Amino acid sequence: MAAALINVPKKARRGDIIEIKTLMSHIMETGYRHTASGQVVPRDIITSFSCRYNGEEIFRADLFPAIAANPFISFFTIATESGKFDFEWIGDNGFSETASASISVE
Amino acid sequence: MRLAATIVLAMLLEVAWRAIVPLGAAEIARDERRSGYTFMAPDTQAIQDDDTANLGMLWVLDGEALWKKNSGAANKACADCHDDARASMKGVAARYPALDQALGRPVNLEQRINLCRARHQDASPLPFESRDLLALTAFVAEQSRGMAIAPGQTAELQPFVARGRDFFMKRQGQLNLGCTNCHDDNWDKHLAGSAVTQAMATGYPLYRLEWQSLGSLQRRLRNCITGMRAQNYDYGAPELVELELYLMSRARGMPIETPAVRP
Repeated sequence: MAAALINVPKKARRGDIIEIKTLMSHIMETGYRHTASGQVVPRDIITSFSCRYNGEEIFRADLFPAIAANPFISFFTIATESGKFDFEWIGDNGFSETASASISVE
Repeated sequence: MRLAATIVLAMLLEVAWRAIVPLGAAEIARDERRSGYTFMAPDTQAIQDDDTANLGMLWVLDGEALWKKNSGAANKACADCHDDARASMKGVAARYPALDQALGRPVNLEQRINLCRARHQDASPLPFESRDLLALTAFVAEQSRGMAIAPGQTAELQPFVARGRDFFMKRQGQLNLGCTNCHDDNWDKHLAGSAVTQAMATGYPLYRLEWQSLGSLQRRLRNCITGMRAQNYDYGAPELVELELYLMSRARGMPIETPAVRP
């Protein structure tokens, strides 16, 4: 079960700097750990995150094994027009999740 | 002669001192009680305060989905009997662990969910600390957020509270420590850089940054018992439930914070 929590302001004035906060449920298994019997626990992480604002990519991040479980990513952008933010997380073992949030800009 | 007088005086003072300060640990005064939240750094408090940054909310979301999902041979969902949890589960977590009449002993919220699964959904119990059980427990407990902790005070429950209190006060394990030696006597100090805190279980199940996961109160209790190098108990053991019950009576009146975040 994957769940995302997104925090985007519902309303903003044109030109405002807004903060976007995202939280994605993921174990972020590093691949460096071993079980009690000595077997390596295979790596299972999110490898990339991106955010598009009305289709245009405004933020992208690569994620690595040192990042904690359930990664929380926050960033800023300028509210230019009303519309939609699309978020995408891609990871190992075919992990792929999307979420979206809308904003109205006056 | 003078030496003897000094010794006698010292002994008298000792007797007088013991009369004023009772031997052994004293429970924390009601108005001095503090949630673990108040011991945290502002950065960690900010994670708990913001529902879109609070990692425990991921489990609450999962729990909400599970609440509506059919399960077991009876093919029923929690919502089929209990309807909207926002109304039906409000205040429930505040009075757990609670007495189960059929079993004749108190059960915690996780055990109540599994009993409900067995009795009404004809479903197998969810393993302790499994994501699904933590999610359902967190979802149910979150409905009581901000409400005062109020475990039952019936005569039937009293012996169990008393046994939990005995456990808390009793020295045990290779380090010969009781819970009380840290959490009543030294809660204002630090242990290896971490705040000792008062053992007020106000926010369980909670997200521990150290665990990188949500975890139950019993997980925390088992950690502490291992730390004392004492004989541990299995999840769901009556001893742990009694201890939970005592901890909740100790935190009576304090607001529920579920899902809390701790370092």
